[in-house]
Amino acid sequence: MSFLTYLINGLSLGSIYAIIALGYTMVYGIAKMLNFAHGDFIMVGCYIIFSVSAALSGNSVVGIIVAIILCTVLGVTTEFVAYRPLRGAASPLAVLITAIGVSYLLENIALLIYGADIKSFTSVVTWEGVSFAGGELKIQGVTIITILVSVVILIALQLFINKTKQGQAMLAASEDKGAAALMGINVNRTIALTFAIGSALAAVAGALLCSAYPSLSPYTGAMPGIKAFVAAVLGGIGSIPGAMIGGLVLGIVEILSKTYISSQLSDAIVFGILVVVLLVKPTGILGKQIQEKV
Amino acid sequence: MKKFNKVFSAVLASAMAASLLAGCGGAAAGGSNTFKIGAIGPLTGAAAAYGNAVVNGAQIAVDEINEAGGINGVQIEYKSEDDELNAEKSVNAYNTLKDWGMQILVGSTTSACSIAVSENTKNDNMFQLTPSGSAEDCVKYDNVFRVCFSDPNQGIASAQYISDHNLATKVGIIYDNSDVYSSGIYQKFVEESAGKNFEIVSAEAYTQDNNTDFSVQLQKAKDAGADLVFLPIYYSDAALILTQANTMGYAPTFFGVDGMDGILTVENFDPSLAEGVMLLTPFAADATDDLTVNFVKKYNEKYGETPNQFAADAYDAVYIIKAAIEKSGVTPDKTTEEICEALKGAMTQIEATGLTSQKMTWDASGEPNKEPKAVVIKNGTYVSAE
Amino acid sequence: MKNKITKNNLITYGIVLAFYIIVEILMMTGALSSHMKGLLVPMTYYAIIAVALNLCVGILGELSIGHCGFMCIGAFTSAFFSRATENSIPTVPRFIIAFIIGIAFAALFGFLIGIPVLRLKGDYLAIVTLAFGEIIKNVINSFYIGIDGKGLHFSMKDSMSLGMEADGDIIVNGAMGITGTPHNANFTIGVVVLLISLFVVQNLVNSRDGRAIMAIRDNYIAAEATGINITGYKMMAFTISAAIAGAAGVLFSHNITTLTASSQYFGYNASIMILVYVVLGGIGNIRGSVIAACVLYLLPELLRGLNTYRMLIYSIVLIVMMIVNWSPKIIEWRKRTFGRVSFRRAKEVA
Repeated sequence: MSFLTYLINGLSLGSIYAIIALGYTMVYGIAKMLNFAHGDFIMVGCYIIFSVSAALSGNSVVGIIVAIILCTVLGVTTEFVAYRPLRGAASPLAVLITAIGVSYLLENIALLIYGADIKSFTSVVTWEGVSFAGGELKIQGVTIITILVSVVILIALQLFINKTKQGQAMLAASEDKGAAALMGINVNRTIALTFAIGSALAAVAGALLCSAYPSLSPYTGAMPGIKAFVAAVLGGIGSIPGAMIGGLVLGIVEILSKTYISSQLSDAIVFGILVVVLLVKPTGILGKQIQEKV
Repeated sequence: MKKFNKVFSAVLASAMAASLLAGCGGAAAGGSNTFKIGAIGPLTGAAAAYGNAVVNGAQIAVDEINEAGGINGVQIEYKSEDDELNAEKSVNAYNTLKDWGMQILVGSTTSACSIAVSENTKNDNMFQLTPSGSAEDCVKYDNVFRVCFSDPNQGIASAQYISDHNLATKVGIIYDNSDVYSSGIYQKFVEESAGKNFEIVSAEAYTQDNNTDFSVQLQKAKDAGADLVFLPIYYSDAALILTQANTMGYAPTFFGVDGMDGILTVENFDPSLAEGVMLLTPFAADATDDLTVNFVKKYNEKYGETPNQFAADAYDAVYIIKAAIEKSGVTPDKTTEEICEALKGAMTQIEATGLTSQKMTWDASGEPNKEPKAVVIKNGTYVSAE
Repeated sequence: MKNKITKNNLITYGIVLAFYIIVEILMMTGALSSHMKGLLVPMTYYAIIAVALNLCVGILGELSIGHCGFMCIGAFTSAFFSRATENSIPTVPRFIIAFIIGIAFAALFGFLIGIPVLRLKGDYLAIVTLAFGEIIKNVINSFYIGIDGKGLHFSMKDSMSLGMEADGDIIVNGAMGITGTPHNANFTIGVVVLLISLFVVQNLVNSRDGRAIMAIRDNYIAAEATGINITGYKMMAFTISAAIAGAAGVLFSHNITTLTASSQYFGYNASIMILVYVVLGGIGNIRGSVIAACVLYLLPELLRGLNTYRMLIYSIVLIVMMIVNWSPKIIEWRKRTFGRVSFRRAKEVA
């Protein structure tokens, strides 16, 4: 029975990683850049929800909507100001470093506005969840909502990419930007759209992250962001179902290794498993093996 | 790329020149007619809440003293520097303050930084009073004193208190394996628990890279039947632990140390979650004595927050320095070494009253003699547990 | 061709030496503030690790975001040695042996980690180096090693399980790390180590091995087809890079005397900071790494006067510098404006 409890705990943590990883992998798949600032978009989303809810005395729905809008604006602006000028730079590292700069910038702005002290976040999910076996097993409402939301996002993204014209343009741009441009696709607009979607997802992920773990500071997004990045790689970066699977696997592995091996060494174990998986499957669980040709 | 290098070199050269000028300014400031007190703490980065509390707390004390006419009629000049919770940066901050002409140091805020800085204050023979550097090694040199309790002291006191008051038979511990403060208290607590009337049934760690999910640590304590969970950690993580324990329906007695103070001031935190939490703390923001009321009011007005134990320690630190200066009669025109020698002597003779204790005395080791107070949280406020 | 390379290398040593001499003169005349003096040793070890990372990222062409892990290993092994033998070996030979130990262990781990890591490519490789960096940090945080009359005691749990005698000395104490490492590093030693690292890397780059490594970077299929031992050369570059990072770690641990395996020094964020030095200094440009490391380390320190706005301004400067230096449009604009100058320079580099 206790194993099941731990598994459920792993599932709740994993579902959070998964929903963050979805945004990460989406941006990576199309723009081919690691957006290190993604975790900080999440943090921005959380602070917006926090402020709006406080101003409207606890109305979190409006908060989430405002956060989604503002995060989308933020994502598109960041892309336009900081990332677009570096498209086609001599090294892909240039944009990576800029993303780190953006990450520092957002963290420090938040630090100046809100201060360093943590704030307690009121969960946007008020549902208690469901209990089994006379209350022995309990799945929290926020876990169920998170999983549902990630599945909905997963399906919506898949439909969007495979069934709409814009989605097809994204696929084309991710395969070959030059060829896509020749086919009449506005690559810049397509990538901006990707950032818009990715940032909106960050706001949603932020709402759920802070509902599950209700503590908010300027550095809230950093570590979950990195973990989600690991999850996205584990699942095969660029693959949308992969991000979902990677997130869930990572969460479950983290909880189980803490439980059964050592809570001191759980970070080492989680990263160790990532190494092993990548050695067996060098492009992640669902990643595509790209054969390089001469 | 070449041209870029040239630009870089030019920037470097001008940077060097600028800092040299700054250096000259510092050298000129010898034998001043004010006491120059510096403070160091993490003002940015993940631990910024603690550093800012120290810097702000000290600022209020300095303002009060200056308003009231200074120390023996001499005004205080005060300056703070950021160390980002990084020992290397803390030494840089110390050197910056030294260039400014600092004579007495209040800092560093955190243990590892404080130890690193003490190597330098030792060499320069500068008087150092750390408000909150609690690791044993912080005061290993004779020019360093501290305001807070030491980690071993807290670990021992906690074990003793739990045992003396029969609070539990089975104890679980959740501690931060990546933090000096937390693992220091944890180790002493476990050592001290041997032969006591309770048993440690679970001791689970977490790290600063992994401080969002505590379900496993809590579940293990619950499965092991712990009726008291000892949390030798800071309030920011503790707030999450309390919330998660509540969602999983686990309600043991939570027992914290001075790092737990501040939990009730977390913005938007539901104080009912902390109901019944016990902690050993030297400071309670809602105490009703004039000193605390006055301090909390001023802090709130100035910084819009309720001060925590760090702020109180720093506030006391400045007043302790004032008391030591008055006792020794040292004047600001003396050299840093002379001030240090005078204060070292005075520290063991003074008896200070402050926010964190009615009566504090020091011996030459640098450890304060004060009793930790046990409080319990009832209806969102601290109540004495005695 | 050959002469030009030699000249180029000499310029790099010259810059370092000139900087060293200027600083020494300033120090002797007492014109250098304590703040600046304190920054000198950190500047050298960040320059050293930037050189090491540039070997990995620029010359070998593999992105590593866990290089501070090797620095961590060098720092801890050497500090452990220095602490354990502080009273039995005189300073000079002890510090030399500490260097050898730190470098050797970092190289060993570089080799061991290189075996799995270098089988991967691109971002996957990067994330695995990040993983190893975090693993090293996490494991060291759980180490407890003490010495007493009966010899070495070791535990992964806590200091109580060491079973030490009363006179014992706990050297590595988990999260509390190693305190009281002798303060042996100084600016001169730092500069010497930096010069040696530069010498090693620059000579490697211009050797037959170096050309093989760069051939792998530019096109590994073609390199393989010409009979270059890909795995061997990759391992070689990676191990040397780790070893140099280890040397930086030795300086680090003997400069600040409290050593903890925390994220500020050895986490992925710190590794990324080094990567910033490398990228801003120019990928593959060894001299650039040294200069960028010094400038970027100085920048936030010099901005101290701005207090809380310091890191904000630093991040804005970082973004602007990246865009100005790397944006294809701006580079084109710069070429149009200063056309001839840039063109001549471009040829020089080639």
